[in-house]
Amino acid sequence: MTIASSTQFLCFAALSAAVAIGALGVVLLPNIVYSAFLLGGVFLSVAGLYLLLNASFVAAAQVLVYVGAVNVLILFAIMLVNKKEAMAEIPGLALRRVLSGAVCAGLFVLLLRVAFITPWATPGPEPIGDEATIRIGEHLFSDYLLPFELASVLLLMAMIGAIVLARRDVLSADIVTGEPADQGLIEKSRTPLLLETPAPASPAMPTPVLEKR
Amino acid sequence: MLTAPASAMAAALQAPALVTPGLDLEASFTDVLQGFGLSPAAAHLVWLPLPMLLVLVGAVVGVLVTVWLERKISAAVQQRIGPEYAGALGILQPLADGLKLLWKEDVIPARADGLLFTLGPVLVVVPVILSWLVVPFGQHLLISNVGVGIFLWISLSSIQPIGLLMAGYASNNKYSLLGGLRAAAQSISYEIPLALAVLAVVMMSNSLSTVDIVDQQNGAGILTWNIWRQPVGFVIFWICALAECERLPFDLPEAEEELVAGYQTEYAGMKFALFYLGSYINLVLSALLVSVLYLGGWGFPIPVEWLAGALGQSADAPLVQVITASVGIVMTVLKAYLLVFFAILLRWTVPRVRIDQLLDLGWKFLLPIALVNLLVTAGLKLAFPAFFGG
Repeated sequence: MTIASSTQFLCFAALSAAVAIGALGVVLLPNIVYSAFLLGGVFLSVAGLYLLLNASFVAAAQVLVYVGAVNVLILFAIMLVNKKEAMAEIPGLALRRVLSGAVCAGLFVLLLRVAFITPWATPGPEPIGDEATIRIGEHLFSDYLLPFELASVLLLMAMIGAIVLARRDVLSADIVTGEPADQGLIEKSRTPLLLETPAPASPAMPTPVLEKR
Repeated sequence: MLTAPASAMAAALQAPALVTPGLDLEASFTDVLQGFGLSPAAAHLVWLPLPMLLVLVGAVVGVLVTVWLERKISAAVQQRIGPEYAGALGILQPLADGLKLLWKEDVIPARADGLLFTLGPVLVVVPVILSWLVVPFGQHLLISNVGVGIFLWISLSSIQPIGLLMAGYASNNKYSLLGGLRAAAQSISYEIPLALAVLAVVMMSNSLSTVDIVDQQNGAGILTWNIWRQPVGFVIFWICALAECERLPFDLPEAEEELVAGYQTEYAGMKFALFYLGSYINLVLSALLVSVLYLGGWGFPIPVEWLAGALGQSADAPLVQVITASVGIVMTVLKAYLLVFFAILLRWTVPRVRIDQLLDLGWKFLLPIALVNLLVTAGLKLAFPAFFGG
């Protein structure tokens, strides 16, 4: 085994372990913030696997899109919304866990079966390295043009939906009184994020929404 | 599937640019080691850590110089003297600062999240240092001429907000959390016009590689630098780079005169020093990349090959190669530090923007301008392929 191939094998083993353990942590950890940070780690490890496959452009795009955008958005959502509150006891939690575990195990077996009976063409096609960027561009603007554009339409729809949801106070004002419709949604009591015991909402801190009016 | 005419066209595109092989230290070094009887793979392995160490040391020394410049220039702006006792002209002052931070107690707040609290500053610094991978100081004087070059820097710099959020969250302090959210929001909103400005340059040079981008600019010295073809892109890039580095007028996340120090509030000692180091390395890196993208990188205002030709020397002679490489390094560093000087002067001249002005500037002004710039560049490239790298 040469130096290059053994290095590659070691990197592959480490990255695969990071992906597998990280993904398990994302699912199993009770703290949602840890899950979100671990998800970023999983995305980074997948980017590392792409690098090992000589697909540097895909790796960089993976980091930019999934770590830099998707994961940051997830973290934003968690940190702006998340409040430590005692979870209500769910009836039959043990049974639910067993059932969902069984479904996951079934899916895993199915994937394993696919992985073992598919006749993989190894070694695959020769990696083209840096030319891949040009090739991806050609494909995106010829035979994959329609899916590419459809994806952008989907994103636009998601964006409009997000704006409608976020600015409900502006969009759905009551015509008769001029009051925003969902005032209750906006004025929740402010509690510190990380304290286990929620502090009483202080009346001295007016909400920014109230201040504006 | 690169067809023959396409590759011929690529060769024709390469040919007119004045590309000389230049000094290739790696080839010489591995040749010497192979002369001692090492296998090529082993020689390569011995070579690998050397440029990385050199660039790491270069980055840290660059930070020390920048801190000293910051202190001296701010003093000059305010008609003070600045540090003067530590070494000649106070040149050892940043070293003293660094040692002080190193000796301070490493405080982790009692109810903070210890693991994330430690990991946060690391995640801020590591991507910045990794980005030095693609900064070229000469034709072969960079760690790795990766094909995705400048795109690698953009994607690495998008990891930084996660570190900021992590630091803000782990401090268990509402000012830290809000500061982290603000810093991350600023960082991701200025990334988009930054990437669009880079995209216009990439479109002109037909390559993402930093080496190719510089080669494309150095056909006729200062006249062909990208700043003349991309003046708007240059301004957009510089504004966004300042915002990404959290420099004044965009240093809202840590505005020390007005609010608690944002996501750094709970940090002390070496962990605080890591944030500090990261922001200064980022400043130097941004200045280097501005010089690579818009100011001709390692190119001398008059092409060195022309000068060598005028003096009757061959550009391939060993002495000329060494001089060319040295001039290249000096030019890169000189351009970068001129920009750093400009950034420091800006810091002590202009007032800070408000958060709403900051977001308005990013989303409502820079983003449309960057899009229009991209469109105009594409049009000009179609209309005048000779001047805009058809």
